[in-house]
Amino acid sequence: MVEKLKNLISRCYLGLILLFLYAPILVLIVLSFNNSRSRVQWGGFTLDWYSRLFSNRQIMEALSTTLTLAFSSALIATVIGVLGALGIHAMRRKNYQLVMVCTNIPLLNADIVTGIALMLWFVNFMPLGYGSVLLAHITFNIPYVILSVMPKIRQMNLSLYEAARDLGANAVYAFFKIILPQLAGGIVAGFFMAFTMSMDDFVITYFTKGAGVNTLSTMIYGEIRKGIKPEMYALSTIIFVFVFLVLLAVNYLPDRKGKAKKERVKG
Amino acid sequence: MKRRVLSVLLATVALGSTVLSAGCSGKQDAKETLTVFNYGEYMDPAVLDLFYEETGIEVKYEEALTPEEMYTKYKAGAIDYDLLCSTDYMIEKLIKEGELQEIDIDAMENAGNIGDKYWEFSQAFDPENKYTVPYFWGTLGILYDTTKVKEPVDSWNVLFNGEYAGEIIMQNSMRDTYMVAMKALGYSLNSNNEDEVNAAHDLLVKQKPDVQAYLVDEARDEVVAGNATMAVVYSGEAYLGNQYNEDLAYVIPKEGSNVWLDSWCVTKQCDNVDAAQQFLDFLCREDVAEMNFEYIYYSTPNEKVIEGLSEEDRANEALVPADDATENCEVSVQLDPEINDLMNTQWKELKAE
Repeated sequence: MVEKLKNLISRCYLGLILLFLYAPILVLIVLSFNNSRSRVQWGGFTLDWYSRLFSNRQIMEALSTTLTLAFSSALIATVIGVLGALGIHAMRRKNYQLVMVCTNIPLLNADIVTGIALMLWFVNFMPLGYGSVLLAHITFNIPYVILSVMPKIRQMNLSLYEAARDLGANAVYAFFKIILPQLAGGIVAGFFMAFTMSMDDFVITYFTKGAGVNTLSTMIYGEIRKGIKPEMYALSTIIFVFVFLVLLAVNYLPDRKGKAKKERVKG
Repeated sequence: MKRRVLSVLLATVALGSTVLSAGCSGKQDAKETLTVFNYGEYMDPAVLDLFYEETGIEVKYEEALTPEEMYTKYKAGAIDYDLLCSTDYMIEKLIKEGELQEIDIDAMENAGNIGDKYWEFSQAFDPENKYTVPYFWGTLGILYDTTKVKEPVDSWNVLFNGEYAGEIIMQNSMRDTYMVAMKALGYSLNSNNEDEVNAAHDLLVKQKPDVQAYLVDEARDEVVAGNATMAVVYSGEAYLGNQYNEDLAYVIPKEGSNVWLDSWCVTKQCDNVDAAQQFLDFLCREDVAEMNFEYIYYSTPNEKVIEGLSEEDRANEALVPADDATENCEVSVQLDPEINDLMNTQWKELKAE
């Protein structure tokens, strides 16, 4: 009896937490189908905002800037981050610790400090624009890549690489055949982490962007004064559903792979 | 091994820099450009396309949320803005700091479309009408639910006589809220008289228990949703509120109110003054002003546009205030520093109580 009650309470608690997490998103999704611009009035069901969304050039431009920015900054940061992590790993203890502290600082630093510092720096060398935002995003993405690749490097079996070299593989061949596959998990995780961080960022983008460059976050910020347009609710709903599906797939697929592997081992 | 790693690194850097330079050079060719700084959602994007089609001048468009943010970004100097659209008191500050260039308004073909009344409003902060061109304007007034009031509202008194206790929403902004009290008492909203400010403060303290909340943009939605009977709002908000809920009405109280004016000005950094002037002239043109009006739905100073409005719109006090309604209205200008400090302290006390 007491056990049952305990169970019930813990379920309710979990339910409440989920409710508070998802209720705002649910409101947003409902509003994206609202046939009225008002946030407090239900004007009937419509898909109008979705069709308007795709014909709105400003939003589409901001979306494409956001995505290309996230993709290219994550890609470049991943390349630099992996090479950097390999280099840092090869350092002696003292240097290793020093450099690790240095790469961790931007991670802990408040965005606004990073943003203003980068802006002051860029102003001396280049006009603010897409280029400066990209550089800024690469900068704050690198530590995330290093952070997720480093543990994999520590686990890596160097003897395999040495064995490959002994058997006649040249360094590049051995790097791609032996080292990269062992780091793959960390690299992919680092890339996606960087991608998400870049898509998420507002503060640093705000300070380093030039006139005429808008990401989704800076665009939404500009809309606050006159009320956020329902097209944005529609876009946010699409992004949410997309991420939700990706998460479902990610959680479902490796499971099958894992099972397949196990079966193969058995067989 | 080391050399190989080095070459890979160099290749990455080279790749990165070509990507970057491609990104930059695309924006830096010989084309004529203007960098324009405006509030968010404050111009029909199609207007910029049309301007490019007609003149070949590309507009780099940047948006801000508040006048303060605009001022800070402009002053930081990270981006060279050519044209700014800002609000009366901020323009006053920029003029005083010598940040603006004179505009040759007589040379503008379409400047005549802007009514005399608005040039006069502008004189509060630009006494000789040489730095600014009016863009949009509006008033502060009371948005109320006609089904919940006993008689039509026409005076600030309804906010202070206790009749609608708990049903009132005030603006969460110092100057706007003091303006209401000053006008209710019959003073100027730009008064630098300490006794008058004190009297206004006492009135607001007395009113506070009746106030449901001090809000900014949410004020409109609260009245639309029926959570409050009346709110002090800007006319643009009132127009939207009326679209959502037909029972709402907007009034500029007879004691007068605050008129705000957003205007364009040319910064001293602007090299291409001709292009800037061309852009301002373009904004005053009837068809362009009409596009912007239909996008924003704030009161326009462009008389050609007002003439073309439907009768229903022209009768809407939030959109086209009658001349006698704005007779007692004033544009707010910066107060003496001591009075400003006094008001600041009192406002904090009021909010903290």
